[in-house]
Amino acid sequence: MGFPLPSSLEVIPGTERAQGAYPYTVQFGPDDDRRFWFYNSMHFPEPMSCFDMVTAEAAYCALGAANTRVHCLPTTLGIDHRIINGRVYIGGNAVTDPQQIARRTAQFQKRAFYYYENWETLYAQWKRKMLALIREAQALPQPALPEFEPLEHVHAGRGIASNHYLLETYQRTLEGYFRMWHHHFEFLLLGYGAYLTFFAFCKKAFPEIPDQTVARMVAGMEAEIFRPDEELRRLARRAVELGLDGRFTDGLPAESIIRSLEQAGPPGEEWLRELAASRDPWFNVNVGDGFYHYHRSWNDDLSMPFAGLPGYIARIKAGESLERPFEKLQAERRQLIADYRELLGSDEERAAYDQMITLAHRVFPYVEGHKFYCEHWYTNLFFNKIREFGALLAAHGFFADAEDVFHLTHYEVELAIIDLMNAWSTGSAPRGPEHWPAIVAERRAAIGEWAKHETPPALGPVPQVIDDPAIVMLWGITRESLDRWLNADADAAGNEIRGFAASSGVVEGTARVVKSVEEIGRLQPGDILVCQITNPTWAPIFQKIAAAVSDIGGSMSHAAIVAREYGLPAVVGTGTATARIRDGQRVRVDGGRGIVTLL
Amino acid sequence: MDHVSWFADVGLHDRPHVGGKGGSLGELQRAGIAVPPGFVVRTAAFERFLETIEAEWPVRERIASLSADDLSAISECCAAVRGRLEGAPLPRELEEQIELAHAQLCGAQRMPVAVRSSATTEDAIDASFAGLQDTYLWVRDPGQTLQRVRACWASLYSVESVSYRRRRDLPEHGVAMAVVVQVMVDARTAGVMFTRSPTTGDRSVITVEGAWGLGSAVVGGEVTPDRWVLGKITGEITAREISDKAIHHVPAAGGGIEARPLEAALRRAPCLSDEELQTLRAIARRVERHYGCPQDIEWAIDRGSGEVLLLQSRPETVWSAKESSPVASAAQNPLTHVMSIFGGPK
Repeated sequence: MGFPLPSSLEVIPGTERAQGAYPYTVQFGPDDDRRFWFYNSMHFPEPMSCFDMVTAEAAYCALGAANTRVHCLPTTLGIDHRIINGRVYIGGNAVTDPQQIARRTAQFQKRAFYYYENWETLYAQWKRKMLALIREAQALPQPALPEFEPLEHVHAGRGIASNHYLLETYQRTLEGYFRMWHHHFEFLLLGYGAYLTFFAFCKKAFPEIPDQTVARMVAGMEAEIFRPDEELRRLARRAVELGLDGRFTDGLPAESIIRSLEQAGPPGEEWLRELAASRDPWFNVNVGDGFYHYHRSWNDDLSMPFAGLPGYIARIKAGESLERPFEKLQAERRQLIADYRELLGSDEERAAYDQMITLAHRVFPYVEGHKFYCEHWYTNLFFNKIREFGALLAAHGFFADAEDVFHLTHYEVELAIIDLMNAWSTGSAPRGPEHWPAIVAERRAAIGEWAKHETPPALGPVPQVIDDPAIVMLWGITRESLDRWLNADADAAGNEIRGFAASSGVVEGTARVVKSVEEIGRLQPGDILVCQITNPTWAPIFQKIAAAVSDIGGSMSHAAIVAREYGLPAVVGTGTATARIRDGQRVRVDGGRGIVTLL
Repeated sequence: MDHVSWFADVGLHDRPHVGGKGGSLGELQRAGIAVPPGFVVRTAAFERFLETIEAEWPVRERIASLSADDLSAISECCAAVRGRLEGAPLPRELEEQIELAHAQLCGAQRMPVAVRSSATTEDAIDASFAGLQDTYLWVRDPGQTLQRVRACWASLYSVESVSYRRRRDLPEHGVAMAVVVQVMVDARTAGVMFTRSPTTGDRSVITVEGAWGLGSAVVGGEVTPDRWVLGKITGEITAREISDKAIHHVPAAGGGIEARPLEAALRRAPCLSDEELQTLRAIARRVERHYGCPQDIEWAIDRGSGEVLLLQSRPETVWSAKESSPVASAAQNPLTHVMSIFGGPK
């Protein structure tokens, strides 16, 4: 038994032209049948619209550069990607020739070891680089075409007309995004590698240790990912202190609450100032993983953070302190590390354990922290800038809605911008309005169609072993998980759904299958949240639910971290939970074993 | 009192005089672990009794002169020795000391006791012939207790045990047996636990097995126990197997125990709560810390008080005996550890 060959995979009938919109570089070709590919459902769980493909392109370009050319990972080069029916398949590029491995090993140790040795300094430098990049993106002008060039430009002798700046701004937007992904991968593989070194040691020394226990020994307490939720708690506290708590009613839209605060005199103004302070930068978190244009941020849609406020306010009024007890958490982590250390068989092992956990602790702030800057803050700025171009193109009749821009590839967006630049300069009508609306409609329909069809988890010949560290580290794909996929049909009949054991505990309850953030209002206290992916921005609703189940994510995913923080059972990375669990169904979640049972 | 010692007054180092079981119970009590109260009839008592028998009929000399191959002679001689050990009058002071301790232990309510042999030998195989089977539960009066003590002594002269000693040509001098007498726990639930995984040897987990009623049903393999695996440090319950427990052991009316079918409602019900599992975990950690090595523990939960009591703790032997090389050693350059991930298959 094996996986279907890429050439046997059919483009869904009627969507051929939409498939053709993806560039030749990502279309499967005849040679691809010889390689093993897997569906990257972790990062791209839904069919990708044409524009969002830029994330795959930019990310794999940067990941590959870091692995292949910068740090010279001994046994792996970069990752190739292909797109069919809107699904992103990826394939590793292993190095197997022992001579090549030896050459690359020598290089790797000069490069990666330097990073490990100078981690703190390089990471501090990284944060400065990343913040500078964010400032640059924030400084990009809003694209606009005036009827006449502003007089001051003319008198200043600028000599370059506004249409040119459209192209410049667009290209700089795109360039920044590609650059951001290089920053993203500068440390990532090295960070995961150091963590996995410790992880593998623990698994050998303690064969039955749960993944999440190792994660708890390494995870930090003050990572940026906790900040948005902490800000929310702070705002809840301020609301009580300012006597405004009565204005936060469960279920009331954020706009209504804000309107009521605007009329609440000085305390209301004070609270709104505090809100503004929290929003920049901490509300720049996306409600998804940041890989799709429609994963909007808290700043763009306040419904998520505001949904959490009434619950926090109620807890504060009940006398609860919502402060995260850093020192207690730190002490618990130290104790955990010391207790496992004591159980090791010899002082020799203890010395190795000390060395490995020291390195894991050193690298982990990056592993946890980078996402806020990259996938959240920067990505949010990027997609919003593209949205501004969408609004401009829509205003000129290229399509009906600003969001339609995301049905164009980034190459096509440039083309449309040049079309508009030309039209503005010649005074003729742009050609886009006759060209794009039909295409946008066709592609929108194709995405809808693709979403209805399951896609194979993998394609091509099954490799004997998967020892590509990048693939094992980032996607958790091993020979065992492939076997599980091959047997998935057999499992589908049962009443169990398996995933990663992310946070222990056993709970039964009513499943709420939440497919988008707009639906979070349906969650009742004690419900079990079933969703494709959760991330720290969902933390406010974790106070309400009894357990969490997700399609995507591993035991170090942020959903897992937040669930552990809240002491909620969680099973993540099930692959199929949102498809197999009906809304309202009774389920049992065993977070310690990673099993969801349909009751 | 030189023939009888209370648990509180003995420890592991007294093993030559109080046997393994007695020493271990004393040691546990000293470490602050709850065990059912009791005393040990020391090996000196056995020696004293044997002396009175030897005065007329030299037991050890006869046994030592037996040929390992002459099974019928062994059987005949063993039967004669056991007859004397079970029938000869006990020296007065010995009988008085045991009766006095028994009265102090059981009080006016005449609580039932368990009488268990406590072998001094380091030789596990010999110990399993002499004594391991000799646990008498729910013994109800002083007379019966004395009788069971003699039976424990007599087990030293079982055909298997004597044949074993003869084949090895072990000296008879010094072959002795202590006997533990302790208050019977009317167990609601009882079982065993190991402070490492029996399947992987993992020292970070505790495996608990238990069933309703007296622990003899679990130890004797008459019921499939419920089974849990707990993180030793985290307390996280990573496995929970609740079995169909068809029977339970309960005290029999006339003394001793009997197996009875379990009422339907309890058969598939877990015999321990999560809270009790955590109590067991805490006890297991204390015992393991005290001994400094993984332990194999018998426990019971008192039906009346709900208190957890330990009946036995001994070092785990299977995994401890295995040679194991360290999972990893310290590296001169700590960074080279990452090559286990980045360096490719070894």
